[in-house]
Amino acid sequence: MTVWDAVVGQTVVPSLQRTVADAAGYLRGGPRGAMTHAWLFTGPPGSGRSVVARAFAAALQCPTGGCGQCSECADVRARTHPDVASLVTEGLNIRISQVRELVPRAALRPARGRWQVVVVEDADRLGEDAADALLLSVEEPPERTVWMLCAPTAEDIVPTIRSRCRVVNLRTPPYADVARHLVASEGVDLETAEFAARASQGHVGRARALATDAEVRERRAEVLRLPFDLADIRQCLDAAANLVEAAKADAEKHCDALDEREVDELRKALGAGTTGRKPRNIEAAVKDLEREQKLRRTRVQRDSIDRALVDVLALYRDVIMLQLGVRTELVNEEMRPSIDRLARSGSPAATLRRMEAVVAAREALQANALPLLQLEAMALALREG
Amino acid sequence: MSQVAGSELTAGGLAEHVSPSLFATRRVLIVNDVQDVTEAVGDILVGYVRSPIEDIHVVLLHPGGVKGKKLLTALRKAGVHEVAAERLTRPDDQVAFVRAEVRRSGGRIDEHAARQLVESVGGDLRGLASAAGQLAADAPDGQVTGQVVSMYFEGRAEVKGWVVADRAVEGRTGEAVEQLRWALGTGTDPVLVTGALATSLRSLARLAGAPRGMRDADVARDLGIPPWKVRVLRGQLRGWTPNGLSQAIRAVAEADLAVKGGGNDSALALTTALVAIGTARAA
Repeated sequence: MTVWDAVVGQTVVPSLQRTVADAAGYLRGGPRGAMTHAWLFTGPPGSGRSVVARAFAAALQCPTGGCGQCSECADVRARTHPDVASLVTEGLNIRISQVRELVPRAALRPARGRWQVVVVEDADRLGEDAADALLLSVEEPPERTVWMLCAPTAEDIVPTIRSRCRVVNLRTPPYADVARHLVASEGVDLETAEFAARASQGHVGRARALATDAEVRERRAEVLRLPFDLADIRQCLDAAANLVEAAKADAEKHCDALDEREVDELRKALGAGTTGRKPRNIEAAVKDLEREQKLRRTRVQRDSIDRALVDVLALYRDVIMLQLGVRTELVNEEMRPSIDRLARSGSPAATLRRMEAVVAAREALQANALPLLQLEAMALALREG
Repeated sequence: MSQVAGSELTAGGLAEHVSPSLFATRRVLIVNDVQDVTEAVGDILVGYVRSPIEDIHVVLLHPGGVKGKKLLTALRKAGVHEVAAERLTRPDDQVAFVRAEVRRSGGRIDEHAARQLVESVGGDLRGLASAAGQLAADAPDGQVTGQVVSMYFEGRAEVKGWVVADRAVEGRTGEAVEQLRWALGTGTDPVLVTGALATSLRSLARLAGAPRGMRDADVARDLGIPPWKVRVLRGQLRGWTPNGLSQAIRAVAEADLAVKGGGNDSALALTTALVAIGTARAA
C-alpha cells in the first residue's frame, strides 16, 4: 500500500513520483530537477484534485517517497502533520482573513526538516483580495515551502497566481478504474460499484456515496423521475419545490447536528457553563460561528441542488444519444426503456434546448439567483422543450 | 415647555421642571422614553401624578413593550390619563386618519385626494398630520381637492414590490412600469421586486393548476396564503393561459439573474420582465 493508492485512474502519477525522487535528491544536495515551489492541480469535480495533492504532499514528506506505512504518511493522511497545512472552506468563498493566517505559516522552515507544504483546496473560491494576499508568498516562497492549489480549471485562478504555478491536469477517471477502486476500498460488490461509477460519471466521491448509501441511491432515483413528471405547470412547480425541499433536508441532515456540536464545543472552550466569571465575548464568538455555519448551510444546499441537476443533465445526455442513434453505454443504463420512450417523444433539438435550460439553471444558481424561481423556470423550460 | 429623555431625568431635574414658573402660568414637561427613568425618579413621577400642581402638565411617552411595565401599572393606579396611540399600518386607516386630521383643521377632503396624499407622503403619521393641517389651511375655503394635493405634493414616498407585481399580473403593464420606476427611485431593492413577481406568478400558476371547484379555504392552505387573498388571485388569474404563466415565470427568472449581477442594469432587466409578463398574458 502506498500513498498513491487513494488516487483513482490518473496517468500523471508516474511523473509526480519522478518529481518526488528529484525532490528527495535535492534535499540530499542534488539539483532541483522537476521539483518546484508551486503546483496547481486542475481537473473536473470528483477527479481527486485534493486527493492527488495530499498524496503528493505525503510522498514529499515520506523518507521513502510515499510508502503509506511510516508515521509521516500516516500523519498527512490524518491531517495532523505539522508541515502540511491545508486551507479548506466549507463556505462559499475563502476569505482574506483565512489566507492571512496561512501566509506566515508558509514562511516557516519545516519542523520535521523536509518540506513545508500548504494545500489550498478549492482555490477557485479565492476571492480577488484573498488571491492578492496569497500572491507574494506563492511567487517567492522560502526554499523549502511548497504551495499546492486545487481548482477545476487553470482559468479559475487569477493569472498572477496561475503563472507562478506548474499546472498538473487530472482527467475524469475511467469508470472501470472507479469501480475497481470502490470494490477494493469499500468492499462493495462489483455490480453496485459499476453502477455507482457510471451514475456518478467518474466523480469518485459521489460514486462512493452512491455505492455505500442506499438513501443516496434512492434520492438520485427520485431526482431522475423529474423529467417524466412535467405534464402541466403545476407539476413543474411541484418538481422545483421538491428539489429545493430535498436540498434543505440534505442541509439539515448534514448541518444540524454538526452546528450544534460546534457551538457546544466553542462554548465549552470559552468557559461557558463553569463557575466563576465568564468571558464577556462568548456570545460574540458564538455569533461569528453561527454566521459561518449559515454560509456552510447555503453551500451544502446549493451543492445538493447542483448534484441533482447534473444527474438530470446526464439523463438528457442519454436521451440525445438514443435520439441520434449513437451506440454507446448509457449513464442510466438501468432506465433504458423509459429513456427510450422519452427519446421517441421529442426531437434532438428539443433535447438540446432542455439541456441548455439545465445548464442555465446551474449557472444561475452559481450566481446566487433565487433557487426556487430558477428551478421553476428550468422545469417549465423542460416541459416546453 | 420642556422636553427630556427618560434616561436623563434626575430627581432634582424633575422637581425643577414641575415647579411654577415666573414667566408663564402654564408649564408642560414632556418625558420621552419614560421606560428608561430610574426607579427613584419613577416613584417621584407617581407621587406627582397623585398630587399634581395646577397648570403644570406632565406628558409621559411610552413606546409600548414590557420595559417599564411596573411604572405604568403604578401610574395607572395613581390615576394618569392614558392615551393609546395605535400604529396605523393599513392604507385605509391612514386615509381615514388624513381625513380626520383635515376635518379637525376645519377643512374638507375627499377619499381620493386623501389617498393621493398618503401615497405621496408615506406612512409617517407626523408627516401626514402636518401635511393635512397645512393643506387645510392653504386650500381655498378649506376644500382640499386632488388638484390641491398634487400642487403641493408630487411623487411617491414608497412603492412596495408587490404593488408592481399586482399591476403586472393584472395586465396593466404601463402602470406596472410606472410603479417600478417609483419603487426603484425611492430605494426599493430590485431583489424585492423580482421576489414579489415570482411569488405572485407562482401563486397564480398553482391556483391555475388546482382542481376545479376546490374551495377557497383549501386553496388558501395549499398556497400558504390567507383566504381573502384567494379571491384576489382568482380575479388576477382571468386572462392567463398556462403557457403564458410559464413564459412569465421564465422571464422573471431571467430578470432575477440579471439583478443578481448577471446584467448591468437591474432597472432595464425588470422593465423587460414586466413587458414580457404583459406579452405573455396577452398571448
